[in-house]
Amino acid sequence: MNLMRRTVLATAAALALTPATAFAQETIKVGEINHYKRLAAFAEPYRKGIELALSEINADGGVLGKDLEFIFRDDQGDPAEAVKIAEELMTRDGAVMFTGSILSNVGLALSSFANEKKYLYLASEPLADTLVWKSGNPYTFRLRVSTWVQAAMLAEEAAKTDAIKYATIAPNYAYGTDAVEAFKTNLKMLKPEVEFVAEQWPALFKIDAGAEVQAIERAKPDAIYNVTFGTDLAKFVRQGTDRGLFDGRPVYGLLTGEPEYLEPLEDEAPEGWFVTGFPWYGFEDGTPGKTFVDAYEAFTGETPKIGSLVGYMTAQSIAAAITKAGATDTEALRMAFEGLEVENTPIGTLHYREIDNQSTLGAWTGTTAVEDGKGVMVDWTYNDPAPYMPSDEEILEMRPAD
Amino acid sequence: MAFFFAQFLTGLANAAALFLVASGLSLIFGVTRIVNFAHGSFYMLGAFIGVVLMDLLPGHVGFWGAILLTGLAVGLIGALVEMVVLRPIYRAPELFQLVATFGVILVIQDLALMIWGAEDRLGPRAPGLRGVWRIFGEPVPKYDIVLIAITPVILFALWYLIARTRLGVLVRAATQDREMVGALGVNQAWLFTGVFALGSALAGLGGALQLPKGGADLLMDFNIIGAVFVVVVIGGMGSLPGAFIASVLISVLNVFGVTYLPQSTLVLMYVVMAVVLIVRPYGLLGREEVAGEHGQVGAPETPIRPYGPKGMALVAVLLALLALLPVFAEPFVLTLVVDMVVFALFAASLHFILGSGGLVSFGHAAFFGGGAYAAALLVYHTGTPMELAFLFAPLAAGLLALGIGWFCIRLTGVYFAMLTLAFSQLVWSLAFQWRSVTRGDDGLVNIWPAEWLSGDITYYYFALAFGIGGILVLRHVIHAPFGYALRAGRDSPRQAEATGIDVKRVQFAAFALAGAMAGLAGGIFVFSKGSVFPTELEIAKSFDALIVVFLGGVKTLAGGVVGAGFMTVVEDWLVRLEYWRLLLGLVIIAVVILMPEGIVGTLRTLWRRIRHSDEEAV
Repeated sequence: MNLMRRTVLATAAALALTPATAFAQETIKVGEINHYKRLAAFAEPYRKGIELALSEINADGGVLGKDLEFIFRDDQGDPAEAVKIAEELMTRDGAVMFTGSILSNVGLALSSFANEKKYLYLASEPLADTLVWKSGNPYTFRLRVSTWVQAAMLAEEAAKTDAIKYATIAPNYAYGTDAVEAFKTNLKMLKPEVEFVAEQWPALFKIDAGAEVQAIERAKPDAIYNVTFGTDLAKFVRQGTDRGLFDGRPVYGLLTGEPEYLEPLEDEAPEGWFVTGFPWYGFEDGTPGKTFVDAYEAFTGETPKIGSLVGYMTAQSIAAAITKAGATDTEALRMAFEGLEVENTPIGTLHYREIDNQSTLGAWTGTTAVEDGKGVMVDWTYNDPAPYMPSDEEILEMRPAD
Repeated sequence: MAFFFAQFLTGLANAAALFLVASGLSLIFGVTRIVNFAHGSFYMLGAFIGVVLMDLLPGHVGFWGAILLTGLAVGLIGALVEMVVLRPIYRAPELFQLVATFGVILVIQDLALMIWGAEDRLGPRAPGLRGVWRIFGEPVPKYDIVLIAITPVILFALWYLIARTRLGVLVRAATQDREMVGALGVNQAWLFTGVFALGSALAGLGGALQLPKGGADLLMDFNIIGAVFVVVVIGGMGSLPGAFIASVLISVLNVFGVTYLPQSTLVLMYVVMAVVLIVRPYGLLGREEVAGEHGQVGAPETPIRPYGPKGMALVAVLLALLALLPVFAEPFVLTLVVDMVVFALFAASLHFILGSGGLVSFGHAAFFGGGAYAAALLVYHTGTPMELAFLFAPLAAGLLALGIGWFCIRLTGVYFAMLTLAFSQLVWSLAFQWRSVTRGDDGLVNIWPAEWLSGDITYYYFALAFGIGGILVLRHVIHAPFGYALRAGRDSPRQAEATGIDVKRVQFAAFALAGAMAGLAGGIFVFSKGSVFPTELEIAKSFDALIVVFLGGVKTLAGGVVGAGFMTVVEDWLVRLEYWRLLLGLVIIAVVILMPEGIVGTLRTLWRRIRHSDEEAV
């Protein structure tokens, strides 16, 4: 009896979930899967960036004569749920391709799905380099700058000092380990005599900052490499500053300068760290970056985050690819993304490399300071990623044959 | 030496907030027997309310006043939650209330996001307590010293309240025998509300007190709950001094772990908990649970019977309908049904040990994810054909269950649940940190079915055959002599022993079978999604299954399956909406209040009532 009821329920549900899909295709739809609730602080600016780009694209007549539309879906930060949604976007909603994800594991699950089902995925925000290298596939492209490249930029700066003994602190998961590995490899390449005297691995968002600071202090390093972010970073900076850990020690911070992480620190932001980030407040009038910042502030009433930039460029890239393809089938879009040039982005012309499907978005590096009670980056530069990339041979060796 | 001492102080300071939150949870459990998963949410509320109040109230008085007011405010919220959500369901089956508290978590998460926005808040500094004092030359933050001084005061105040006041006498009496306290004329409802409010207030205080060391963010509820449960269990559920000792123990060990074993941060406390529970099954200061204490409330249950011929025929017809589904349904519906079948089998396997065996496992995801990983690892590393790897999933999960069960089965009740949780965390951390084999949280990708199975429709039939097959096997076992022995052991271990049933052994075997079936579900899962990540082994996954089993109805045959179907569909609808967590939380709370016997149980009761009145009319 009960088993029967279960089946009734399942079938009824299945049938009820079969709405009419046969609406006339008035818009070109793109699926967007993200952790809108679980990582709201990062996903919301990203979404607003997309919405800004869409409003501009559609005001200019859209793509292929139709409006471009994004279907936003929440995956709860769960890779399996994300794959299910991707399936629905593909088979029911008629999305021509899909994008999204901040978490690397969700990105990897989506990338594997894309390759199996021959459905195009633009990995907008995931940081894991394995997406385009070791686990790369022809149906996955990535926009955000790679961890390897950002770590290499910091290593280059670190090699200029006479610091020999380094301590590292990174969240205890794949991104943290990759980021430390990339920094170590690059720094040793430039300066073989460096040694790493302490490696700390706090659990993500569960840092015991006092203990971590004590452990690093105990190793007496000359310099520190930081990968923690979010609440972990706030606690680490507080304890480290109070206990004098950063006095007289250069600190290199991956992502520390991104507004997502620097802004909440207010006047307690660390000073004098060399970091990667997004110094939107320093853009000069007349530059494409400034134009984007102004448009974003007018559109949302908020200041931009790095996620806003990535979201904006995601929509721009997709619009450019559809326009270039002149069609919306997966193979045409995939060929369009190979070597795609996206013009008029906030960083100028963006390019998708044919060799590994990675975009040429670079990174800003600079030194942190506190101005008017707020943490900012000063003396910053925008760096092209090309010189920091592994060589083409190395990439071909890592990447499975397409 | 000075360094050791400074480390010790760091540990003690960390223990302060942890102890406050844990003591609240322990009190609530001791008196009301509610395993309150929402306790972390009260901690989070405390942090956010604290930030707001500290902004409004300036200076020394403002800071400390804000902390006290926060405690009061969160206490009131706790009282409200208790009266609205929990009071109607005290007579539901044991542990049923944890489902309601799960709904509360979801509601509070979305409300907090609505009210305070997504961005992290940095906690205000305590006035005059910025910077460090030097102790033997080592810097120690001033606020740490204050926290270290406050904790014993709070412990003493709580001890005084419990040991020396009339309220304390009532609370202790209720901890020992709440029926008796009720019989003696004490208004239980208000006692429960009061204790729940006090416990919530303590959590809120903890959230506000930690502000100068951290801040407020939307993930802190889940981030602390694991540690809090570990502390309460190590200390002994319901014991305040135990909670104190355990929070100091865990915090100090953590500090040393960070220094000497920096990679250990993920699992250290679970290892400690497993060791403590294996050596002392009721925690450091806990007392043995009296059998039947949380057990049957309300009327004794009618034994489950197999369906009659009519029921069987209907099931067959509906299975046939499912089999015909690909003819008229679009591809996505098939995907959804595959998900449903996977989840249903997973839930049914938990329901099997929980409903028929009376063993509440908080770590069942270890077997689901374990099975998925077993198959995926074979494919990934050795290129094993999919068919073989698939069969390996239930086998490996069953073996894993044998291993874990060997340690756990000797425990009972909440302690059994917590030990399974500890082991599932160990399995999770293995998958998470052993990157050379499991690729860590980069997961194992490209685990797709064999060529001949890779079509949507073929895989649908494959999943249907194994999923429904697994459910039917479990159903069959429940009605076999083995199932009767298992149920006898659940209802009356002593009588079962007296009739010659080796209760522990039967439970052990049932645990292994449930593990294998969860592994089978994991196997179907991994080849339908093409990848597996440590998320499949997380606590949250175990709780998903637990919640649908309770929602469906523990004391019914199809509870797990119906609950899983219900949840899959409701979730699939709701997540399309902006505030889906709020709505899902409210749906869960509504189901819990309206259907205290679970969906199937309540429908069954209704059906009987209708039939009964019909007969009378005739």
